[in-house]
Order: sequence, then C-alpha cells, then structure tokens
Amino acid sequence: MKNILLICFKEFKSYFVSPIGYAVMALFGLIFGFGFYTATRDMVQMSFRAQMMGQQQPLSVNDMVIRPLLGFAGTIALFLIPMITMRLIAEEKRNGTIELLLTSPVKDIEIILGKWLGALLLYLCVLGMSVLNIAMLFLWGKPDLKPVLVAYLGLILQGGCLLALGIFVSTTTKNQIVAGGVTFFVSLLLWLLSWFTAFDATGFSQVINYLSIVTHMENFSKGVIDSKDLVFYFSMIYFWLFLTSRSMESLRWRA
Amino acid sequence: MRQDDTCHVRSDQEHNIMIKVEGLTKRYARTVAVDNISFEVDKGQIVGFLGPNGAGKTTTMRVLTCFLPPTSGTASVDGFDVLEHPMEVKKRIGYLPETPPLYPEMEVHEYLHFTGRLKGISSADISKKIDEVVGRCALGDVRTRLIGKLSKGYRQRVGLAQAIIHNPDVLILDEPTSGLDPKQIIEIRELLKHLSSDHTIILSTHILSEVEQSCERVIIISQGKLVAIDSVANLTNRLRGSESVAVEVEAAAGSPNPGDVQQRLEQVSGVSRVVLKDSRDGRLSFEVESLQGRHIRSELARSVVNSGWNLSELRAVGLSLEDIFLQLTSTEKTQAAPAAGAAPDNEGAKK
Repeated sequence: MKNILLICFKEFKSYFVSPIGYAVMALFGLIFGFGFYTATRDMVQMSFRAQMMGQQQPLSVNDMVIRPLLGFAGTIALFLIPMITMRLIAEEKRNGTIELLLTSPVKDIEIILGKWLGALLLYLCVLGMSVLNIAMLFLWGKPDLKPVLVAYLGLILQGGCLLALGIFVSTTTKNQIVAGGVTFFVSLLLWLLSWFTAFDATGFSQVINYLSIVTHMENFSKGVIDSKDLVFYFSMIYFWLFLTSRSMESLRWRA
Repeated sequence: MRQDDTCHVRSDQEHNIMIKVEGLTKRYARTVAVDNISFEVDKGQIVGFLGPNGAGKTTTMRVLTCFLPPTSGTASVDGFDVLEHPMEVKKRIGYLPETPPLYPEMEVHEYLHFTGRLKGISSADISKKIDEVVGRCALGDVRTRLIGKLSKGYRQRVGLAQAIIHNPDVLILDEPTSGLDPKQIIEIRELLKHLSSDHTIILSTHILSEVEQSCERVIIISQGKLVAIDSVANLTNRLRGSESVAVEVEAAAGSPNPGDVQQRLEQVSGVSRVVLKDSRDGRLSFEVESLQGRHIRSELARSVVNSGWNLSELRAVGLSLEDIFLQLTSTEKTQAAPAAGAAPDNEGAKK
C-alpha cells in the first residue's frame, strides 16, 4: 500500500512539473465552459418563453443543463485521457527508469495500481474544473443534487476504464505518440460500439451494445445506479489492469 | 516461509558466498547472450566484470538484479534464488544500470527521496539517509537542481547515490565510470574502495585499468562465455611467461628502412614476435616479445648496434591486463570462429 501511494503521488506530481497537467485541465475547462455557457443560455431563453406562454411548471435544470453537459464531459474526456496515460509506462521505458522500478523491491501490481491511481487523481482534477460551473447552478438555482453526484460517479468509473486501457497500451511501446494515438482509437471504438445496435435487436448486437462504454453511462447520467453497470465498469477496469500486468511481465521476458 | 529458512541454512554452510551463479544461460529470440556461465563471489569482495561490448555483461547483471529471468541455470544472492524469491534479492541489491535511471523532471533530493522510499527506507530515516548519500557522492552543490539540467558526471553520481542509498549488501554497477572525467573517475574509485569494506561489489567495465586499480578478482567473459576468473595478480602471472621489450632505433646517417630493422630484430635468437609501433623523425619504435623464459634484451642491443644503428631506448614492458584480455578474448574468437555468424547480433541483443 505504501508503495502504491508513493508511486501514485510521484506520478501525480510529475503531471504538474510538465505542462501536460495544466494543459489537460485548461482545455477541459475551456471546452466545458463553452458547453456550459450555451446550455444555460438556451435554458434561460426557453424558460422565459415558457413563462410567457403561461406554463406553470418550471423547467428542470437537471434535465436541460446538467445531464447533457455531464454527458458532454465524458466525450471531452475521451480525447483527453490518451494525453494523460500515454507517458505512464512509455516514458519509463524510454528513460530506462523502468529498470529502476523493476529492480526495486516493489511488486508489478503496485507499480501499475500506483500509476493508475496517479492518473485517476489527475482525471479527478480535470473533472473538478466542471464542478466550478455546476456549482454556479446550485448558487442561483435549485437543481437536484443526488443525480448530479451519481453522474459524476459514472464519469469517474468511465474514466477509470479508459485510464486502465491507456496504461495497457502504454506498456506496449516506447513511443508516447503511438501510445496516445492507439489509446484514442481503441477508446473511440469502444464508444462507437453502441451505434451498432441502432436498428438491430438480435442477441449478437445486444452483446456488442453491452460492451460499449457509453451505454452504461446513460443510466448514471439519469441518476440511476444499476449494479449491472457497476459490474461492467469494475470488470472493465480489472480486465485492462490485468492485461497491463501481463504485459509488464512480458517486458522482462522480451526486454 | 519454510523454504526461506532452508535457503538461509544453506547459505550459512557455504560460509561467505554472497552471489552464486550456476550454469546461467540467457537466450534472446535468435541469439545466445550468455552461455552457461558459473561463478561465485564472496562476501565483501570487489569483482570486475570484464568483456568487450556485447559480451553479455549487462545481461548477466540484469539476471542478478531480477530484471531478466534466466533461460536456464540459477543465480542467487545471499542464498535467495532470483526466480523464487525476487523480493528478497531486490532488497539486498543496489543496481546502477548502464544509463542511470533518472527522472529528468525531478530535483536531486526529490529523486533520492523517491528511490529511497521505494527501496523500503522508512519516512523517519529518509532524510538522514539522503544527507548521508549526498555527502558520500559529493552531491551537495546540486541538491536542489533539476536532474535534467545536470552534467553527465553528476548524473552518474546521482545514479550511484540511488544504488547505495538503502545500504544494500550487494552493489551491481554497470560501467559506473563511463562518461566521467579523470578526476571524477578517481573519486568514484575512492568511493568504491570505501564501500567495499562492508559491501560486495560487482562492477562491469571495458576499461582495464579500472579493474587493475580497484578489483580483487576479475571475471572475463567474451561472446557470452566465461573466459577466465581469477585474481588480477594470478592472471598476470599466468600469462607472463614471456618478456616484452620496447625498442627504439635511430639511424646514424639517413633513416633506416623499417623492413630491414624488423628483419634484423626477428633474427635475434629467442624473439617470437616483432611489431612496428611508430616511426617518426627517423626513429622507429618496436615492441618485441620473447619466447617463453628467454631473456633477449642484451642480444637485441648488440644486434642493433652491430648493424650501425643507434639504440635510443630499450625498456622491458610488463604484460598489462590489457594484453591478457586481448590474448584471452582473441583466442576465444578463433575457437568460436565457426559460430561467428551470431556475433554481430550480440550487439543488438544488448539494447
């Protein structure tokens, strides 16, 4: 445990020594802020119009702003996560520091978990940028808190999956650019799997649909915690981290 | 747990053996990097690991540090096998790879803190250990500098500091003095001497004077095979049967023809080999080797003078470790000539 935290904080810190941590957070803040601006502007206009037409029921901030916005945050994360994970192992391999890690009295799994948690910590900071915007809605409106928290949980789990995938890809190459690119395309593919079933409800397409990471996000963004989705995300994270540990092991044999 | 105990008992029985390698072979996809090597290193010994580039030094060291698993054979440190108890082995080892494993974005003390903690130093002891190691490796001036901005010599020392910070029983150093200036090399040498009192040290190098200066024993490998393992003095004695003499000849009038001189020297009885080293301003330098057990200096002098040339220098040259090394590794090469096809790949396998 001590070793995991040690590596985790080292990774987290190194994000902020290079521009990458700041860049990822700034990009996310900018794009999310833009989305936030347009969504609230439309919401305000529409509620004016609704009031003029004599509608009594106020529009729901949750449905009109928060839910689409947090779904959008997941999409931005898809682009940013490869930037977070690409250096994790690839850079150690290029610097030769992997030799230090693998010859220190530390288990492979501690290295992997430490790195994954470090990346997750940065991802939390990135999501934290969106909290600034969402908090404004709470200051001047009365949205429902619980579905927002659930949606964030979903975002964190989904991010955890993609981060684990990214670490795995990062173990397979010395080149950060390759690691980032491959991670991006594989996550995009996992994303697009849900399209497969648009007009098709056979058993096979159901399976494909189940494997897409977005389908499981939908429930969370509605504020529903379904054990099926939790199981999916946790097994996804486990699967990619398991592959990572196998790949680390093979580094020794191939070296 | 029980297994650990039996291991300990065994290592105690074999008294002071710290590192034991038996029949170690490491094969990469197409090449054999290390071929059936066996050796032992006693506690507190400082051993030089010698060989040309691509001989398998780095591979052997990587097996000992649990970075690479052996293809066959065993290696153990302090009685613990590298495959069965890697954690125990890693705790006892400090390793400086060929390129020091540094994080350029960290400051020196930050890096030492991280590596120290990684090697199991408690948070209570860590700053004391850092101070100690900074002093030992003379890093005081660069404590708060970024590693990426340091010169090669300092980086090498930071790498060394990383290897000794947890005071390991065994130090494995892969070319610790490469890229250092002479003054720094001497400092590192002093440091190693200092450390050898309570550490077992294996250091690899292809600089032979390095080994002559600081090692008690030498292990020479070439093309993955063990060529010789002995103390420096023994190795020199073993191969010194013949005498080697440096001769410088000057022409009295006009310059002598190198071919003539060489021929004349070769005719002297007891001479086995004459090599022209240098010719400058009408001076010719030769290195002459005698046959086993023959003294040739007086004969040489007479022969030169009688031929009407001036003898400006005549000096006995001891057989240096360099010569021994060349002799050993080149005979190895001729023996292994049929298998020479694999040789070029060895370089690549090291990477």
